[in-house]
Amino acid sequence: MIASLAVALVHIAVVGAGAPLLIGALGTLKARLVGRRGPSPWQPYADFRKLLAKEVVVSTTTSWVFRATPYLLVATSLVTALIVPVATVRPPLAFAGNIILLVYLFMLGTFFLALAGLDAGSAFGGMGSSREVAVAALAEPTVIVAVFALALRADTIDLGRIVERFGSEPHLALNPAHLLAFAAFFIVMLAETGRLPVDNPATHLELTMIHEAMVLEYSGRYLALVEWASAMKLFLFMTLLANLFVPWGLTEPTGPVAVLGGLLALAGKLSVLTLAVAVLETAVAKLRLFRVPELLAGSFALAFLSLMAVFLVR
Amino acid sequence: MLPATTTVEQLRRAALEAGAAGVAESSPSAIRCRVPASEVPALADRLAALGARCQFLAAADTRVTGGDFTLAYVFASAQLTPSVTVLVSVPAAAARFASLATRSFAASRFEREIHDLFGLVPEGHPDLRRLALHQYWPQGYHPLRRDVVSRTDFVDTGEAFPFRRVEGEGIFEITVGPVHAGIIEPGHFRFSVEGETIVNLETRLGFVHKGTEKLFEGLALDAARPLAERISGDTSVGHVLAYCQAIEALAGCAVPPRAARLRVVLLELERIYNHVGDVGMIVNDTGFAFGHAHCFRLREELLRLNERLTGHRLLRGAVVPGGVTGPITTARLAAAATRVETLVAEFAAIVRLCLDNTTVLERLQGTGRLTEQTATEMQVVGLVGRASGIDADLRRDAPFAAYGETGVHVSVYGTGDVWARTMVRLDEAREAARLVREVARLDTPGIVHVPVPPLAPGAHAFGLVEAWRGPVWHWVVAGESSTLGRVKVVDPSFRNWPALEHAVLKNIVPDFPLCNKSFNLSYSGNDL
Repeated sequence: MIASLAVALVHIAVVGAGAPLLIGALGTLKARLVGRRGPSPWQPYADFRKLLAKEVVVSTTTSWVFRATPYLLVATSLVTALIVPVATVRPPLAFAGNIILLVYLFMLGTFFLALAGLDAGSAFGGMGSSREVAVAALAEPTVIVAVFALALRADTIDLGRIVERFGSEPHLALNPAHLLAFAAFFIVMLAETGRLPVDNPATHLELTMIHEAMVLEYSGRYLALVEWASAMKLFLFMTLLANLFVPWGLTEPTGPVAVLGGLLALAGKLSVLTLAVAVLETAVAKLRLFRVPELLAGSFALAFLSLMAVFLVR
Repeated sequence: MLPATTTVEQLRRAALEAGAAGVAESSPSAIRCRVPASEVPALADRLAALGARCQFLAAADTRVTGGDFTLAYVFASAQLTPSVTVLVSVPAAAARFASLATRSFAASRFEREIHDLFGLVPEGHPDLRRLALHQYWPQGYHPLRRDVVSRTDFVDTGEAFPFRRVEGEGIFEITVGPVHAGIIEPGHFRFSVEGETIVNLETRLGFVHKGTEKLFEGLALDAARPLAERISGDTSVGHVLAYCQAIEALAGCAVPPRAARLRVVLLELERIYNHVGDVGMIVNDTGFAFGHAHCFRLREELLRLNERLTGHRLLRGAVVPGGVTGPITTARLAAAATRVETLVAEFAAIVRLCLDNTTVLERLQGTGRLTEQTATEMQVVGLVGRASGIDADLRRDAPFAAYGETGVHVSVYGTGDVWARTMVRLDEAREAARLVREVARLDTPGIVHVPVPPLAPGAHAFGLVEAWRGPVWHWVVAGESSTLGRVKVVDPSFRNWPALEHAVLKNIVPDFPLCNKSFNLSYSGNDL
């Protein structure tokens, strides 16, 4: 009992505290890659502290949805952190849900964020929401199909057991179908978390934004919560990518050493992934909005091929 | 289409046929005359047949000296040479004149401005909504009349500007600005969209109306120079040079050859740093941070070079009436030219890297297309025009400063998209580097300044400069004892803003910032 509580706390602490560092490291790496010194990787923590100290300005035209959404986003992110195998193959809430719950927890957040974007009635929020929902609708099938391709090969839809199975039988993971699913999931991750080439997290141009346009009306601690939740979403997506597709290093939570080993393995994998995302974001420009469906259709095709391969290669 | 298809002689004949009086040559390629107000449309039609359209129109309150308002028209082809300057008296009692709005798009905008600022009514103008002044300005208050009593009793009743309305199923309006998310000047953009596709855009500017032209009235020549430099911050040299050329033309003084050459260097340095920065901003709007970071690094190097050469990062204080002054007069031009060449070569390499990236190229090509036909009809000027196939550049067509000595290669593209406007900037930056080198080679010691003789009251003259955005006009009417009577400033932004509304049609909303950056028009220079 106490052991599983400890593991739960570790999951929440790692995701909650690690997510800003991940965003910060991405910012630093991207700046270095274009030859700038850039902000320190710890910058997001300072930003959150600043935002928490600031006053909250809320439009008088908004309803409870606007005020509840930041808390809901953080809550769904933290619950998701308890389902995803972050440090061990037995996530604390594994008994409560599997990959289907995971997908819909993410969608719940997206749904409320889109509602909140519409709530203030400004043109930008509406634009952002309509774009976000369009992207999410195209990305969601890919997430499901890509993860099902893994689940089918591992014969389980429990995330922890998928990791365990692939970890113990490497020949399952060293498979072209596995790579296809990885590529599909990687593209979807960029789309779902508002990274280039789908959305530009660094832009100040209100007319081109997707995620940023939805949260334009937020300020103070609400903005801090929304940004923290979106950082956690990126962290969780990258963790999924790291642990599902490169399943080594994670074990059952037999003791502090096992958990620490899992975390170290995760840190290593995330470092490589972060570098990959930073290099990719430096090498490409943002796609024209109407090209995004083509990219996502491509990622769906990859995921679908991976799924087919499960039956064909068997 | 090259200039000089129309001769001065043809223009003179057209003017005489339209009943012009006092036809005289003000330069070998320009004539000026006086025409009765009623004859202006007929003259405009005759000149249009020769390819000369209204390029400039300004009013001056000359009631104290002549009892009437004076209008000054300039008719010319897109190359602005040869030209006819036509003066017209508008009786103060009637305060009406015949509109050319249906004949020339440029004239329609100038007439709206005159309607706001002078209260003269262009008869037959189809669109007399306010342009220069906002709705809260009191009725009947026309600030550029000389006898106006300055008012401060402004009450903003919240009266809305009558925007064009687009209605229909699924049409939404998006209002952007005047306060933006980034640090840019204020302007209001009203989009009508169908989904993400722009079906109409209307811009409403004037938020930084500072009364610049009013401030010129009565100033001494030297006191007005810093004001001219601050009309639009990024075109300091362009504006001050146009101002000084107008003063020098009025006073009849010739600038020493060395000063003329140094002016070329200053104008080209301004062109380079702006083009480099603009390309950086265009690339940044595609989300390609690499190009942005490096273009801005180079821009900073160029600004530091400016500071070493003139003591000011934006090259202020160097151009004065009668010549050039300050550190630039003793600068080592050969070393500066080498530095400029190095930086521009690096710039070209970075642009090549950016354009070799297909994701960047895909965003630029075909975006924000301004066709040659639209550009010609809207009388678009400067680099935006050259990207849409309008082959006009004053540095070649009507050389000022020392451009006659150096020669200028003009780069013209036909596609009119963001890519073409980027390429014109790249080519012009390279040509500018060549011009700086050429001046460094031609440079010989000599005086750089001559005193400016007193101005004859009531005389008027133009100063015309091809600044980095396009032609800058300063029309100066001398006042008493070497002060300024009236100064009319036309920044190329004033001419090109409406073209942006057409370039973005059928584009998607997220591509608007890219179109806007590729035009990069001045708000301050437009709002005056």
